[in-house]
Amino acid sequence: MRYVYLWIPLAPLLGAVIAGLFGAFWPRLGRTACHTVTILGVAVSFALSLVVLWDQTVGGGEPWNGAVYTWMVSDGIRFEIGFLIDRLTALMVTTVTFVSLMVHIYTIGYMRDDPGYNRFFAYIALFTFSMLMLVMSNNFLQLFFGWEAVGLVSYLLIGFWFRRESAIRANLKAFLVNRVGDFGFILGIAAILAYFHSLDYADVFAAAPMARGLTLEVWPGVEWPVLTVICVLLFIGAMGKSAQVPLHVWLPDSMEGPTPISALIHAATMVTAGIFMVARMSPLYELSEAALSLVLVVGAVTAFATGLLGLVQHDIKRVVAYSTLSQLGYMAVALGASAYAAAIFHLMTHAFFKALLFLAAGSVIIAMHHEQDMRKMGGLRRYMPVTYWTALVGALALIGTPGFSGFYSKEHIIEAAHGAQRWGAELAYWAVLSGVFVTALYTFRMFFLVFHGRERMDEHTRAHLRESPRVVTVPLVLLAIPSVAIGALTVEPLLFGGWFGEALRVAPEHDVLGRLAAHFESALAFAAHAVQTPPFWLAAAGVATAAVVYLWRPALAGVAARVARPLYVALVNKYWADDFNEAVFAGGARALGRLLWKVGDVILIDGALVNGTARLVGMVAVVARQVQTGYLYHYAFAMLVGLLAFVSWLLALTR
Amino acid sequence: MVPLSHYLILGAVLFCIAVAGVFLNRKNVIVLLMAIELMLLAVNTNFVAFARYLGDTTGQVFVFFVLTVAAAEAAIGLAILVVLFRNRGSINVDDMDRMRG
Amino acid sequence: MALSFQEFLFYAFGAVLLAAALGVVTARNPVHAVLFLVLAFFTSAALWLLMEAEFLALTLVLVYVGAVMVLFLFVVMMLDIDLAALRAGFARHLPLGLLVAAVIVWEMVSVLGPARFGPQRMEPPPPHGAGYSNTKALGETLYTEHLYAFEIAALILLVAIVAAIALTLRRRPGVRRQDPARQVRVRRRERVRLVRLPPGGGDAAGEGG
Repeated sequence: MRYVYLWIPLAPLLGAVIAGLFGAFWPRLGRTACHTVTILGVAVSFALSLVVLWDQTVGGGEPWNGAVYTWMVSDGIRFEIGFLIDRLTALMVTTVTFVSLMVHIYTIGYMRDDPGYNRFFAYIALFTFSMLMLVMSNNFLQLFFGWEAVGLVSYLLIGFWFRRESAIRANLKAFLVNRVGDFGFILGIAAILAYFHSLDYADVFAAAPMARGLTLEVWPGVEWPVLTVICVLLFIGAMGKSAQVPLHVWLPDSMEGPTPISALIHAATMVTAGIFMVARMSPLYELSEAALSLVLVVGAVTAFATGLLGLVQHDIKRVVAYSTLSQLGYMAVALGASAYAAAIFHLMTHAFFKALLFLAAGSVIIAMHHEQDMRKMGGLRRYMPVTYWTALVGALALIGTPGFSGFYSKEHIIEAAHGAQRWGAELAYWAVLSGVFVTALYTFRMFFLVFHGRERMDEHTRAHLRESPRVVTVPLVLLAIPSVAIGALTVEPLLFGGWFGEALRVAPEHDVLGRLAAHFESALAFAAHAVQTPPFWLAAAGVATAAVVYLWRPALAGVAARVARPLYVALVNKYWADDFNEAVFAGGARALGRLLWKVGDVILIDGALVNGTARLVGMVAVVARQVQTGYLYHYAFAMLVGLLAFVSWLLALTR
Repeated sequence: MVPLSHYLILGAVLFCIAVAGVFLNRKNVIVLLMAIELMLLAVNTNFVAFARYLGDTTGQVFVFFVLTVAAAEAAIGLAILVVLFRNRGSINVDDMDRMRG
Repeated sequence: MALSFQEFLFYAFGAVLLAAALGVVTARNPVHAVLFLVLAFFTSAALWLLMEAEFLALTLVLVYVGAVMVLFLFVVMMLDIDLAALRAGFARHLPLGLLVAAVIVWEMVSVLGPARFGPQRMEPPPPHGAGYSNTKALGETLYTEHLYAFEIAALILLVAIVAAIALTLRRRPGVRRQDPARQVRVRRRERVRLVRLPPGGGDAAGEGG
């Protein structure tokens, strides 16, 4: 079994290395060879993930925690590569490899005309390896390795079309904002190392309850509990990686990358790393109420505020990006309410339907000859039926239509927020509830603008409109299936059946899902019951509003913008968050740099030290030069005077 | 009998006259060379005096060598002087300040 | 005070010596300076004779005056010196120089004076007998103990000759000279060329007388 675990990350790595090295340098493998070897790697990984999933669930396998390679031992602390395989891991690796495989196949069609074909496949296979190392890790060091590696590959992929200036700005922005999060993350890991003397999950989780009473002086005179500090710092890392407000600014810009990676990285996998991490650290978070409240509030703000931003976007990918931000907020709310299972459940369902939506958007973009502005689309339903129906499935799943997978996960998050007894839970509940209306509104605004209504594209594009090739549509269909079914099938065991076992620990007093279990009868009953709950009607209202405005009276959109002008301006400017960052942080950094350059470097170092010493030497030399008259008799006289002095001294000594 | 100190003082005064001649003379490089010869003469007198009064011939041997080297040095010094005069056209010491800093 | 003859000779020659030295340093005309130097050497030779260093005294006159001073005179005469320009500015730096020189004299006298080297501390030695040959005594030490230094002194003279010639030798353009080395190295073909002339008449070389 050990070899199965090892080959799950190793197979895509091998594919990435072969495609990367041999596809770029000698012997310049062709496109077919490159995509075959990477798809083979990821397919093997997916198959082995299914084996692990079967083993952990039906096969009766025990969770496995072991080291594969010891890198070094220093001061009694072991730094190792190791795997922790339990049900949480099994679920994550299956989701990651499945979505990755779909994206790999999709890319064959999407990147057909791109000169960087081989490089792209190498990168996405490398990403798969990094993400797998992250989720399979059993210690913080490997977690951090995976964390950084996915950040790096994200950077490489956002800037894939590196000749485009906007892409380069976007990838740098993503990396830098992530860095801010990573700073907190690494401080958290350092704190763990300092207080628990180990980076191994098992050791830390076992020792954590003993650290309950310890405090740490964060500021002179301000003492915080150590566990709170650790959890908050780790969450800062999650804020960067999972794009929570205020570190969310990089995700919309990351749409500069090709659509397949928007689907893979910025919807399904990389951005969920933060959510996964907090869930994995549930034994720690359960010991800190304050940290969980922070997670709750941050998640609530993210869920609502970024959802609103989706209402005013014209780029189809941006709408889906803001949707992702909002859904990540939902997952954070679930974590903050101690409903870790619900968060992971939503992570899984979201991976499927969001990837589906992104790939469908990509299909539309291909058909529209890489046009992404929705104002130039419309009525595509006639031309692209498969894309239409799969996109519809994804949209319905996203808004939480009863019976679809998103319904089960979102509903339980809303209920968990309602039931949690924690500071910030009220705010969170109203945020996620209102978010349902907003989600439905922007989702179907996008849907109607693209697929229904008047055809607004030019003649030339319309003539070329056709359904995308099968390598594109087959993954869409394959992703649509779990978007519909997986929620209903897995909600009961995952949320209420204790399926995760020891992986997600919840303190009994916080166990909101446990309390909800009492009301849950079956998936079918739950869906039928939905008609009586607010979220259903809010979602319906959202769809209806979108239909009225975008199918019947488009002018109403302009009216709404004028009536709520301040809100509209704020949304269009993205709450001025980018402007703030640009002015304060970027501008501040640039000003500091300029100061250090003009004053520190030019005046102090160059002027005073370097040129100053030279000038000093020059000034001394001007004076000293007077001694060199060039006249022989002056020199002879000087020698004589020196001799005189010496002899006088000798005489004085001997007298 | 003439005491040793008389000879030594004679040598000392001769030496100082010659040294004064080195830096008081501004006009003529040849006088510079001649002053050097005088210095050597004073030193030689000193040696001979000591050789006589200490009864050791080594002093006189030393004078022998000093004479040799002085002759060689005079020859080369004058050769340099000739070349200097050829190039500069003057033996005025005040005109030779090319090594001025 | 009654001076012995030796003391009288010493003071007389000493005075002349110092006067000649002053003359060397202060003379306006360089020829005069050279001649004063010659005088200084002569008196010095006399003093050395007093000290029974006959060989050295003679060497001083023959070699030093006879060769080196003549060389000086030669050079002075050869260089075309503008005497008028030499007459100016001597006295400007006199006070400081004299002061320094006076201080040096005073210090040297205080060291070399009668307190340390006077008749009480160092007795004048008895004069040598009639059979004493200074040359022989000098030779006895020079060619035994100091042979190595002697040979090196010879080499120094050789170096001086070479250096003096190397410094001052110049070749004037247009002056024809012989280069014996080249003359010896010449080849037959550079000098002799066999030419085949047609027999009998026919060209100008054969005609006419």
